[in-house]
Amino acid sequence: MGLTEVFEKARAEGRAVSVGCMPAGFPTVDGSIAAMVAMAEAGIDAIEVELPYSDPVMDGPVIQRASEIALAGGVRTKDTLRAIEAVAGTGVPVVLMTYWNPIERYGVDAFARDLAAAGGTGLITPDLIPDEAHEWLAASDAHQLDRTFLVSPSSTDERLAMTVAHCRGFVYATAVMGVTGARDQTSVAAPALVSRVRAATDLPVGVGLGVRDGAQAAEVGSFADGVIVGSALVRCVLEAPDEAAGLASLRALSADLARGVRAVTR
Amino acid sequence: MNASAAGLLPDVSGHFGRYGGRFVPEALIAALDQLDAAYRHATADEAFQAEFGRLLRDYAGLPSLLYRADRFSAAAGARIFLKREDLNHTGAHKVRNVLGQALLTKRMGKKRVIAETGAGQHGVATATAAALMDLECVVYMGEVDTERQALNVARMRMLGATVVPVRTGSRTLKDAINEALRDWVSTVDDTHYLLGTAAGPHPFPGMVRDFVRGIGVEARQQILDQTGALPDAVAACVGGGSNAIGIFHAFVGDEGVRLYGFEGGGEGVSTDRHSARFSGGSPGVLHGARTYVLQDEDGQTIESYSISAGLDYPSVGPEHAWLHDTGRATYLPVTDAEAMDAFQLLCRTEGIIPAIESAHGLGGALAVAPTLAEELGREPTIIVNLSGRGDKDVETAGSYFRILG
Repeated sequence: MGLTEVFEKARAEGRAVSVGCMPAGFPTVDGSIAAMVAMAEAGIDAIEVELPYSDPVMDGPVIQRASEIALAGGVRTKDTLRAIEAVAGTGVPVVLMTYWNPIERYGVDAFARDLAAAGGTGLITPDLIPDEAHEWLAASDAHQLDRTFLVSPSSTDERLAMTVAHCRGFVYATAVMGVTGARDQTSVAAPALVSRVRAATDLPVGVGLGVRDGAQAAEVGSFADGVIVGSALVRCVLEAPDEAAGLASLRALSADLARGVRAVTR
Repeated sequence: MNASAAGLLPDVSGHFGRYGGRFVPEALIAALDQLDAAYRHATADEAFQAEFGRLLRDYAGLPSLLYRADRFSAAAGARIFLKREDLNHTGAHKVRNVLGQALLTKRMGKKRVIAETGAGQHGVATATAAALMDLECVVYMGEVDTERQALNVARMRMLGATVVPVRTGSRTLKDAINEALRDWVSTVDDTHYLLGTAAGPHPFPGMVRDFVRGIGVEARQQILDQTGALPDAVAACVGGGSNAIGIFHAFVGDEGVRLYGFEGGGEGVSTDRHSARFSGGSPGVLHGARTYVLQDEDGQTIESYSISAGLDYPSVGPEHAWLHDTGRATYLPVTDAEAMDAFQLLCRTEGIIPAIESAHGLGGALAVAPTLAEELGREPTIIVNLSGRGDKDVETAGSYFRILG
């Protein structure tokens, strides 16, 4: 099932989609595949794979650490594509979140081609704004990939309209002014941002940055179409004494998040 | 006159040809737009320019001298003039940039500045400007650097700044910039990121260049006054590139003046221990701009190395990438050994202890002087930007020359 179909199905059910993130190659390539498959099996609707990068300026300490571990383990761009292919092969939609330089280095069109071949639905680009994205706009059109740019509480109405006009698939609303990482409270700015996005587009709106459990997922799911959870899931693996314990903890949190988005109907 | 000399670059979206731009999270765009607008207004505001000029003159001690270094020249086989930015308050050209940006911070009504620092020079300069203008100051510094530059950490704290050791990644300058960007994403409403070099996302490269371009404007007039002619070459070290663009910019339109940027060659470009983005890197995106970066085949940043902390950086300002590709400036690596030879030569011939960064400019001038002399059929005249003084490097140099204890 594609990501768009997942959003449509959830919308028909009156609930939000849960999106779970994991860096490819963390703790190993196979380990990350197992983790993402476990998340999907436990009820997460869609997977956001993060391509590990040496300088992840939008990420907080948890995802930074996981990316460092992946890179120290020798993960390559091709391994990320392999992970996407393996996870997408189980039937769950997989979108890739990546900083821009690795894509530019790979070759934007070549990467789009290989991502499409691996079954990825598109890219979330935290440090690529539409203003700089000419090559990606062309490549994503050529290979029929979704493109998710970020909008922020600080985006002006003009920029927000321009940004969502360049999105396809869904829009990523950053709920707080800050980097990734679980927080005790989700942002008060998020509902306002989501309604601003809705005024500008019919695309589904995913909200990320700060969600750590089912209760928060329910809260965010009450006003957003997608609840994006990263650091809290990564921490399950990062802090586990061994792989089995990590997977067990990951399944438990994934199930909690899946229940969370179903706890509120809209 | 080409586009840069005519003041046309960067373009309105911050590009120098294919370089520059804004590769940053959307959350920062509003702040970058605000900064761009504030800077444009300030540029046109005579009161701002007068205040900036007054601070440069009365507080920082500018214009800096242009000094004909006769004994060093004799050894170089070239007539060498030194632009004495080492004599500025805080000991380097960087004071020009921090005063300009701190004034802008006040103008934008922001109360807090953050900065990254490698060796600590930009951190000290920022802490200085923050003290002068009553701004809260937080400086991010790689943990490795806080250990090897403990004196500068103490200086920043004396000036009232908070120094935050950065423990992620390679724990050096590159990671300090990452951490400063992360801070800024969260605090952009009341905080200005006082970036230390002519790099990063638009408007920083063009704005920082304009704050430091007085180096070249002064030097151009001074050399005309002293020799009645333009120099054959202008040379500077290139880390992020602010001292180099600062002295180059006024000469870009002077076609007969060769521009040389000298990068940290470390242990040699053929080794994996250098900071030579032009000879050993390739075009890519890092820290908000498209430029030349040290990267592997997957686009992961490769850690740089140089004996000079100020040159030890895997990226470079985008205007240099453009000057490189257009052929207007030439960028060459200078190894640790070449730089330290030049360091010692300047100490012994002129009684001036240069910053090790600036010693790369001197070493490069020594290296190109013979070729230039042959090409011109006479002794060449070269201005070297002595961008900083060597007090901060006494321990590194003392250990290199084995003269400590």
